[in-house]
Order: sequence, then structure tokens, then C-alpha cells
Amino acid sequence: MIEAKGLTKRFGAATVVQDVSFRCEPGTVTGFLGPNGAGKTTTMRILCGLSRPDAGRAEVLGGPYAHLPNPGRRVGVLLDASAQHAGRRGREALAVSAQLMGVDQGRVDGLLDVVGLDRSAARKRVRQYSLGMRQRLGIAHALLGDPQVLILDEPANGLDPPGMRWMRGLLRDFADRGGTVLLSSHLLYEVDAIADELVIIGRGRIVAKGSRAQLLAGAGTLVRAPDRAALAAALERAGMPGRADAEGGLIVSAEPEDVGRAAQQGGVALSHLAPSGAAGLEQLFFDLTTGDDQ
Amino acid sequence: MSANAAALELPVAARDAGRRPSMVRLTTVELRKMVDTRAGFWLQLTVVALTFIVVGATVIWGKPEDQTLAKMIGTALAPASILLPVVGILLVSSEWSQRTAPITFALVPQRLRVIAAKVAASVVLSLVAFALCLALAVAGTAIASPGIDGTWSLSAGLLGQDVFSLTTGVVTGVAFGAAFLSSAPAIVLSFVLPLGWAAIGSIHALEPAARWLDGTRSLAPLTEHLLSGTEWARAATTLALWMLLPLAIGTWRILRDEVA
Repeated sequence: MIEAKGLTKRFGAATVVQDVSFRCEPGTVTGFLGPNGAGKTTTMRILCGLSRPDAGRAEVLGGPYAHLPNPGRRVGVLLDASAQHAGRRGREALAVSAQLMGVDQGRVDGLLDVVGLDRSAARKRVRQYSLGMRQRLGIAHALLGDPQVLILDEPANGLDPPGMRWMRGLLRDFADRGGTVLLSSHLLYEVDAIADELVIIGRGRIVAKGSRAQLLAGAGTLVRAPDRAALAAALERAGMPGRADAEGGLIVSAEPEDVGRAAQQGGVALSHLAPSGAAGLEQLFFDLTTGDDQ
Repeated sequence: MSANAAALELPVAARDAGRRPSMVRLTTVELRKMVDTRAGFWLQLTVVALTFIVVGATVIWGKPEDQTLAKMIGTALAPASILLPVVGILLVSSEWSQRTAPITFALVPQRLRVIAAKVAASVVLSLVAFALCLALAVAGTAIASPGIDGTWSLSAGLLGQDVFSLTTGVVTGVAFGAAFLSSAPAIVLSFVLPLGWAAIGSIHALEPAARWLDGTRSLAPLTEHLLSGTEWARAATTLALWMLLPLAIGTWRILRDEVA
């Protein structure tokens, strides 16, 4: 279990994380979504005890991370896949951590197999690794201590599509066995397919959180009409203005039935009327995380 | 799916899962980190090779008075005393330069224990290096057999001072690495600062202070003769400035650092 309670972090005059609260339950995958610079990494570093919050508390498995006697055996952490000693061989990077946390060296080879780093890759120095290989090494490192919790910052970054599918399956299995997963991304589609819960952060604040279904329900209705201007005017008159989406439709914060009625009253023929679904979630994510500009 | 399941079903021994890694283990891990990177490996190998070369050269070309055991030990220790402090520097600074500090501190949140393990590891390294140098010096003297009086005479006190000198040198490296948290400046300044300091100390008016604070004066006698009480006081003062102060600054920085 992971819990952030009112986390606030300032660097000088800038407040990078403000009053961030959320919970990740065992058996679930939580997607931590936000544009670059929104405060995801800072929040995760606070969760792992690497950064001190100016206010609030962070707990992992019921207490502060730093109170875990042998943290690597409880929590798997991947904060920056590119941060590994460039002059160390891939296998050695895992082996030295395994020795530290008291894990048998045999598990190192097993994990290298599982993440798809073969013997020749394992013998190479990390400086020769692509970002995708570093992610795989980082995921193996996070799994090394057989943890109950995974905290992964942008783990899909640099993975090719098969690699992303593999990682999704892995995290799904991990959660299905009762594990808790928090993974961050700045791309909605990376977490949309795997996360049970979403926490969306923009400019250091949580702007939305809940299950995918809950967020989708609030994402509104997608409506299209051959005469878009007339539709927009009709919605405007009904007091439910729409926002243009990328494909010529309008996304309206209202139920499909109400939107249909407004169109009827305006005498506009519709070509599409449905809950907005993923398109709406995309729009919501975009609106929520850039809305502060206005 | 089966491959994923395999990852999660890999066996792992339950031992140690709920126990803090011991200081012995942390120290062993730090010793491993000294040699498991490319830079660390070549640096150590260079020290060993240079020690063989200087001892070998003294055996072949040295004058008999340079081939006594006491002189041979001094010669054998030279490469280690110059290069091992760099190993000490890198042991700390590379965690920042190579950005492994978050990994290290996520596994061991008690940062003071990590610093202590690094200092302990550098002491162990010094002792191992000293043993190797001593063995090579004995072998060198035996082969050269200069046949002059006192060839094998050795003072235990002086040997102890040799160990002390090498060890404090490597720990000073750790201290510099910690104070700068960056490899290049720490290495450059650990060589340049003492030299610049010595140059300043050669100014006549500053000479009294230099006797207490300039390592080229106060620490050099450690490997030459048994120190008097005053000389020990001078050496200790110098070490407080060059070893303990940077170590204190470095510890303070590491404990408060927002590890990125």
C-alpha cells in the first residue's frame, strides 16, 4: 500500500508539489499521469524517502519508507532508468544490489532472462545500453527483492511496442497477485490500458483521481453533426457549450440524453451521439493539465 | 504471460527480508563497488602493476642502500599512496556523477551508514594494499640481497606509521569525494590544493602555520622516522583540516542532499 497525505514540496520560491494526496491499494495498478514537470518525479522521490516534503506525509506499507528495515525486499523502485553507473556491466549492476539486500545471485540470472537481456547484453557495460535496455535492467532491478510494492517512474519510456505490452502483462500479473503498483507517465495511452486507478497531476496539484470508469463518466459526451456551427449554437442556447475535439466533433460536459434534447430543440440533425470514452479522457487529461494557463 | 509469471515466481530466500543489512555487508558491497566498474578496475590494476615495476626497478638498478627492506617498503608504497586516494574519491563522487545515489539510498535510507561503510571499505582497501606492498618489498629485498648492515632491520612503529599514512590518505580521498560530490573537481583539487597550499606555506612569514597545516611538511615524516609528540600534534592538526573537515562537510551535504 502507498499513501501520500498532503505532500507539499518547494524548491526556493517554486512550489513543485502542492497538497498531493492519494492512495494505492494492494491488487491495483495506479497510473500517475501528468505532463513533464508536473511534479510526478518529485512526488515519487518523496515516497521513496529520497526527498523531504515541506508538508505532509508519505507512507509505504503502513509507515515511512525509511523505516523499512531492508527496503529493497519490500518495495521495488525505478526512478530513472538512465541513472546507472555507465562503467558497470548490466549483470553486475543487479548483482551488487542483490548482495546488498541479501538475495541469491541465482535470481539475478533468472531476472535477466525474464526481462529479455541475454548473456551478451548482461555482460555489456551499461554505457552501451539503449534506453529500452536500461528500462529492462531497471525493471529487473525493481523486481530483485521480490517486493510487494512497485514504484516506477516512466517505465515505458524507451520501450518498443512489444516491450510495452510485455511490461503491461508483467505489472498486471504483479497486481493480480496482490501487489501494489504506482507507475507514472506523461502519455495517457501508456497507462490507460493497464491502470485500474488514475491520478492526474498538473502543475504540482492533483487535478483528478479515480477509476478509469469514474473519470470517463465525467468526461462528457461526444457529439457530431454535419452542420457543426448549428450544433454549437444549439448547445450554447441550452447552456452546455461544447469543446471542439481533434476530429471535428464536440465534447460536452453533459449526459448524451441532455445533449440530444438540446440538438432536437435547435433542430439540428446528429451523426454521432455517445459517451465520449477514451477521446474524452484524452481531452480531459489535456484540459486538466494545461487549464491553469487561462 | 508465462514469462511474466516466471519473473514473479522466481524463488527468493526469505532470509534477510525483514532485517537491516549489516555494516559488514554494506562494507563488502562498497569494496565490490571499488573494483566492479571499468575505472575502478583499471585504477587498482594500475596500482598493482606500478608497484611491481617500482620494486622490480629498484631490485635491478637500485643502489644497495636503496635495497634495504625499510627503503623498499617506502618505494613499494608510493604508487598506492598516490593513486588509492582517487579510488576513495570515486567511491563517493561517482554515486553522484554516475547518478547511482538514488539507487543506493533507496536500498539503504540511513545515509550515515552508507558513508560509514565507504570509510570502512577504504580502510580495508588500504590494509590490503599495504599487505601487498609489504610482501612485494620483502620479496624485492630478498632477491636483491644488498648485503649491507641493517638490510632486514625494521621498526614496528614505523610500519604502523606507514599503515596510518596510507589509510588516512585514502580516507582523505573519500572526504574530498564527499565534499565535492563530483569526480573531476574532487580529483583535480585533491592534487592541486595541497601543492598550492605548500607553495603558500613556503612564504617565510607563513612558515610557522605551514608546519602545522601543510601535509608536505607535517605528514611526510610519517614514512621517514618515528614521530615525536609535537610532530604527532602537527600531523593530527593537518589531518583535521584536510581529512576531517572535508569529511564533515561532505557528510552534511550528503545527509541534506535532495538526491536526484
